[in-house]
Amino acid sequence: MSEAFQDRVDIGLTVNGEPVEARVPAGQHLIDFLRLGLGLTGAHAGCEHGVCGACTIYVDGESVRGCLMLAAQSDGADVWTVEGLSELGSIGDLQEAFVARNALQCGFCTPGMLVAADELLRGDRIPSRREIRAHLSGNYCRCTGYEAIVDAVEEVARTRAEKGAA
Amino acid sequence: MNIPFGDPDRPNSYIGKTVPRPNARRLVQARGTYVDDMVLPRMAHVVFVRSPHAHARISGIDAAEALAIKGVLRIFTGEEIAKICSPWVAVLAHLKGLKSPPQHALAIDRACWVGEPVAAVVAASRAAAEEAAALVEVDYEPLPAVTDMMTALDAETPVIHDDMGDNLAFRRLHEEGDVPAAMASAHKVVSARFRTARHTGVTLEPRSILVDWNPAEKQLTAWHATQAPHMMQSVLAQQLGLPEGRVRVICGDVGGSFGIKVHVYPDEMATAAIAKIMARPVKFIADRLESFTTDIHARDHEIEAKIAVDADGKILAIDVDDWTAIGPYSVYPRTSAIEGNQVVNLCGGPYDFANYRAQTTVVFQNKTPTCQYRAVGHPIAVAITEGLVDMAAAGIGMDPVEFRRRNLYRDDAYPVTSPAKMRFEGLSHHQSLDKLVSLMDYDALRSEQAALRDRGIHRGIGIASFIELTNPSPFMYGIGGARISAQDGCTVRMDPDGSVVALSGVTEQGQGTEAMLSQIVAEGVGVRPDRVRVITGDTQVTPYGGGTWASRGAGIGGEAALQAARALRDAILEVAGAMLQCPSDALDIRAGAVVDVSTGEERMPLAELGRIVYFRGDTLPKGLPRELVQTRHFITSDYPFAFTNGVQASYLEVDVETGVVTLLKHWCVEDCGRIINPQLVDEQIRGGIVQGLGGALFEEIHYDAEGQLLNGSMADYLVPMAGEMPDMVIGHVETPTRESELGAKGAGEAGTAGAPAAVMNAINDALRPLGGQVTEMPFTPERILRALGTIRN
Repeated sequence: MSEAFQDRVDIGLTVNGEPVEARVPAGQHLIDFLRLGLGLTGAHAGCEHGVCGACTIYVDGESVRGCLMLAAQSDGADVWTVEGLSELGSIGDLQEAFVARNALQCGFCTPGMLVAADELLRGDRIPSRREIRAHLSGNYCRCTGYEAIVDAVEEVARTRAEKGAA
Repeated sequence: MNIPFGDPDRPNSYIGKTVPRPNARRLVQARGTYVDDMVLPRMAHVVFVRSPHAHARISGIDAAEALAIKGVLRIFTGEEIAKICSPWVAVLAHLKGLKSPPQHALAIDRACWVGEPVAAVVAASRAAAEEAAALVEVDYEPLPAVTDMMTALDAETPVIHDDMGDNLAFRRLHEEGDVPAAMASAHKVVSARFRTARHTGVTLEPRSILVDWNPAEKQLTAWHATQAPHMMQSVLAQQLGLPEGRVRVICGDVGGSFGIKVHVYPDEMATAAIAKIMARPVKFIADRLESFTTDIHARDHEIEAKIAVDADGKILAIDVDDWTAIGPYSVYPRTSAIEGNQVVNLCGGPYDFANYRAQTTVVFQNKTPTCQYRAVGHPIAVAITEGLVDMAAAGIGMDPVEFRRRNLYRDDAYPVTSPAKMRFEGLSHHQSLDKLVSLMDYDALRSEQAALRDRGIHRGIGIASFIELTNPSPFMYGIGGARISAQDGCTVRMDPDGSVVALSGVTEQGQGTEAMLSQIVAEGVGVRPDRVRVITGDTQVTPYGGGTWASRGAGIGGEAALQAARALRDAILEVAGAMLQCPSDALDIRAGAVVDVSTGEERMPLAELGRIVYFRGDTLPKGLPRELVQTRHFITSDYPFAFTNGVQASYLEVDVETGVVTLLKHWCVEDCGRIINPQLVDEQIRGGIVQGLGGALFEEIHYDAEGQLLNGSMADYLVPMAGEMPDMVIGHVETPTRESELGAKGAGEAGTAGAPAAVMNAINDALRPLGGQVTEMPFTPERILRALGTIRN
């Protein structure tokens, strides 16, 4: 065994609002720590190259590829996955729009897709379809052909903007 | 004969309506359970050592160093696995002449493609297994690799399997009419060479299996990301020497399949064998590189084709010479000859013509095995046919829509048998084309195209008519000897609270099977869809069935569900009649209550009937049947397949300076018979189109001359991204099949079947005035610039 794998790192972070302390292998990716260490299996490891976006989560308020960040780097971080966002209710409108528009089929990309979409919709501007498509281009979906996802995100952008204006 | 579902105001009118999928909410809340999400007590992980050579003799395996890694439990070679897992041979009797050598779970003595599993490392953690796998020393003596399809049969090319005699796996020639005579007398003959690239499905969830062997119960349980649990039950039992009844395959959430997860994979068989040997749960999850090197590939075809037409644009003959290379083994149990066979069956499919000749030649080579991937053979056959049709139309100066109108089978021509001997029960090519032309406003688009052309903007319009094979009978696999069920079943049960459980042999891969079934059962019984709980994907629980393949879920599984639901309704009403002391035909079930059939007045909620039947059966007349569980099976018998039809159109822009194609819009009108859930059908079509667009513009697996796969990552093998895909307009014509009361045919592959041809024709429509033409997919900027003469070397 190489030294790198023998090395363990102590980390303390917040995951979905709950404090977590763990000793993690230095080489372990954050996505694997969340899935294996914490049983948070919502975000998925799809390509392990940072391409497909299935592992997208929030780290300190920014969307991050869970497969491109080491667990050891998350010491002190505030991590949110779709499990936590579901409980929080902060993406409830997106989730309902995805269900209503059938913007998911197999659901494997969906947790990552929701985080990416939510990040886009944080601004107060309604993005164009082209902007939505561009923003979601780091999240692959092999089932839907994307149009339903773009529709759902566009719909939520509109309703969020209306609520904001009201 | 069909039941009419046309009246939207009928009671329990759920068939034909957009109803939310019962499992979607769970998935958006990240509460799905894919195989890799599961952890079992004592679970071990297996990682495979894979051949880095396309063809090599294995002269020794030294695992000593790997075994020293902390956490490693055992390391297996091919010979050890072969002691309990027998090899398989992927041939089918009806594919005459198909040959393939026995294939082992782990290579023994010889590896035949880059990625073939050679040894298996089992460890307490995946990380330990991966680390150890890198330390297993395998001595390889490289052998000459066969990598070029078109020279695979040449005398100087080495034969991959000595026992097979040559590198020919399968060849089929079909001839109808007199093609040479028709060609000789034609007004115009157009010929072209087409190439479709080697693809793979890139399911976002990699192949996944978790197997446990319980020696006390002598039962093997496999949690498997699969499309065909019963088929896998049979295969696991057969190869591991177990009774079928002692193998249970459970299929939970699956992260995309597209045909990739309907085959037998050596590493998955090895995982099952290892679980049996070690008597503990063993998990195998492919990583992305393994997905690229070991998931089945598809679509690697080279074709020479000709079309002959008369002066009026009538097709006289089509002649196709198709070649494909399938890797070193035909894939079990569906075989790798089906795709080529489909090309022969499907070319010219939409058109009424007399003279047809098609040959497919299927050869072995040292690359990843190919097999059935979504729309099997259709994208190839449609590209050949529609490519030729557009070239012929252009050759005689006829508009491509008009050319098609002159040649498509008339909508009143059915039943009809095509020159490829395919039997069509009822199709709607003309109605579909008319609808497409109106949806896209064809004439206006042509005017816009012409106006922009004057400004140096090169846009193209491409049309592609197609047929799609759905609802397969045993003629597809069963008659060849495969234990693959074309029949499917459904058990529908009413519980004491009046809710309904439906257990079905078709499976959910995300396409919406469970929603479709819940609607059919809800309508058939007379309850709301949310009162129906659908259970699929467990061989120990559901009726025996085929699962998901060849677009059969709605047409076959849906009909079984409808029949079972109606039988349950009848059973409920018989009890209700006795309870209410009236003839059961004076009653109906609507929205979960027994009602008076004429007035609709509620007589009794189903929960009350359930209470009496289950808890106070003593109050019912002795001998009154009270079976609130009904099972029905369905199989098609009048036609080998229920063909669907449709037509697609692509509108795109070619940047003639850079060769970049921008997709502007896409249309599809298709006819899958009875539509059960319009939204789900539309989204199947859209998703299918985008998989086809990927093949048209981006997807191509590259190998070097030594058989090394060059682009085994998602960064290098390009699949469609949201930013490059167009919005898609979907329209429908409904011609129900008369084989079932439901009338549904399949819709899962139509999008993929037609999209590449539509794009090819659109690109060529844009390039034609510039003198360019492309026929080799994917249509990369380089290929387009070569077609324009910008790149010459």
